[in-house]
Amino acid sequence: MLAEPAIAVDRLVKIYGSTRAVDDISFALAPGSVTGLLGGNGAGKTTTIAMILGLVAPSSGRVKVLGAEMPRQRYQVLQRMNFESPYIDMPHRLTVRQNLTVFGRLYAIADLRARIAELAASLELEEFLDRPTGKLSAGQKTRVALAKALINAPDVLLLDEPTASLDPDTADWVRSRLEDFRKRHGATVLLASHNMAEVERLCDRVIMMKRGRIEDDDAPQRLLARYGRDTLEEVFLDVVRGRGGAREAVPREAAQ
Amino acid sequence: MSAPAGSAIAFAPHRVAAMVLRYLYLLRSSCPRVLELIYWPTMQLFVWGFLQLYVSQNAGFFARAGGMFIGAVLLWDILFRGQLGFSVSFLEEMWARNLGNLMISPLRPIEFVAALMIMSLVRLAVGMGPVTLLAIAVFGFNIYGLGLALAAFFANLILTSWSVGILVSGVLLRNGMGAESLAWTLMFVLMPLACVYYPVTTLPTWLQVVSWALPPTYVFEGMRALVISHEFRADLMVQAFGLNALYFTAAVIAFLQLLNSARRNGSLLQSGE
Repeated sequence: MLAEPAIAVDRLVKIYGSTRAVDDISFALAPGSVTGLLGGNGAGKTTTIAMILGLVAPSSGRVKVLGAEMPRQRYQVLQRMNFESPYIDMPHRLTVRQNLTVFGRLYAIADLRARIAELAASLELEEFLDRPTGKLSAGQKTRVALAKALINAPDVLLLDEPTASLDPDTADWVRSRLEDFRKRHGATVLLASHNMAEVERLCDRVIMMKRGRIEDDDAPQRLLARYGRDTLEEVFLDVVRGRGGAREAVPREAAQ
Repeated sequence: MSAPAGSAIAFAPHRVAAMVLRYLYLLRSSCPRVLELIYWPTMQLFVWGFLQLYVSQNAGFFARAGGMFIGAVLLWDILFRGQLGFSVSFLEEMWARNLGNLMISPLRPIEFVAALMIMSLVRLAVGMGPVTLLAIAVFGFNIYGLGLALAAFFANLILTSWSVGILVSGVLLRNGMGAESLAWTLMFVLMPLACVYYPVTTLPTWLQVVSWALPPTYVFEGMRALVISHEFRADLMVQAFGLNALYFTAAVIAFLQLLNSARRNGSLLQSGE
């Protein structure tokens, strides 16, 4: 018997006024998979993630996370989920340790002191653990945001452009830590990104969105082969410009 | 007994304590925030205290009604600062762009509201404690001398302040920072209607009906009865409490409705205008 999907999105639609931000999309993510959500600005990636998190209510369609319907049953699963985005912050005046303490307590983490020490060691936060979060560099802030996202060792981790505005070295370091977390914890990860190299490296599946719809959905290597391209960036450009292998592409429901 | 962990109505004191800790960290880290809590109530006290001194030296009635203005200004500040304490703590999350983190955590709306209510009491204690002592030292007015009546006044005023704070927070969730000015100004709508510094009978008859629909009116009338006639009007306090129960329930329902509406229109994603 196939395992129940960690995330199941079924005919999801979100309409704001006259705009269909998300337009009838369906996909299912297998437990332990890492999936990239790709698309240009306004493709509907963030709205899709927000509906999965229960932050935005769908206009129609359904989202299930770990078997719980979102947003109606969100409190059954929020304890096992987490999220990181450069577009939300943590209180700047609080030190890194204070911020992690507050979120650790919200998630009822047992032995929180040890958990913070563990995260500080693995994400290299020790030297600025007692510094106000607002005084950190962009790279340091991203590491702190990642620590917050991992504080409850989530079974489902959603990331919205986790390496946006980071230098290549720091971005590479963040990706290594995400790979490490995924290997050790077996979490399901959904990653919205504009960075094709990041998606190619981290993801075993790519969902490409354009104007609220799914344009293609496959493993990175298969997408490259089908479009006859060397990089995902080229495939992405083919998809957003509406040319190439998309005609032959057959979106799949990978986890079914 | 608490509801199951997955329930939307579950209430976990540890999550409320986590949020209170967050605001205490913030308050501790910022001297201007603490000074701001004390500054305005102190200025108010001096303005109204000296006015009271002046009129009491020139009018027989005011000489007999010692402390009426000072009592009124202190009670008004409980009402106003109580609401500000609630609303500013909520605004801190929007200013910090932290609301998204909280909304995807297991924190329930009712726990969030409970933490904000506790913080309004903490901020009120920090701001009003020194001011009430100043009122004794400078003007010889001891608000604590009101005894149990003060407890009744305080309970009713703080309930009203929370109702307004909850409603304003719901509007901020739904409409974003564009509605921020409501947090600072909404309570002033009540000021002339709740008859803080004069009896209800001063108002035109038709406006008195509106005035009696507001719980603080009963408190200020009760305060004047106590200070002028040395009579505690328990009936006024009971009526105020009844109205407060009604408004508090309505505010919580409105907050949950506005939160749901924010979920529908996507405003939980941004905290801008």
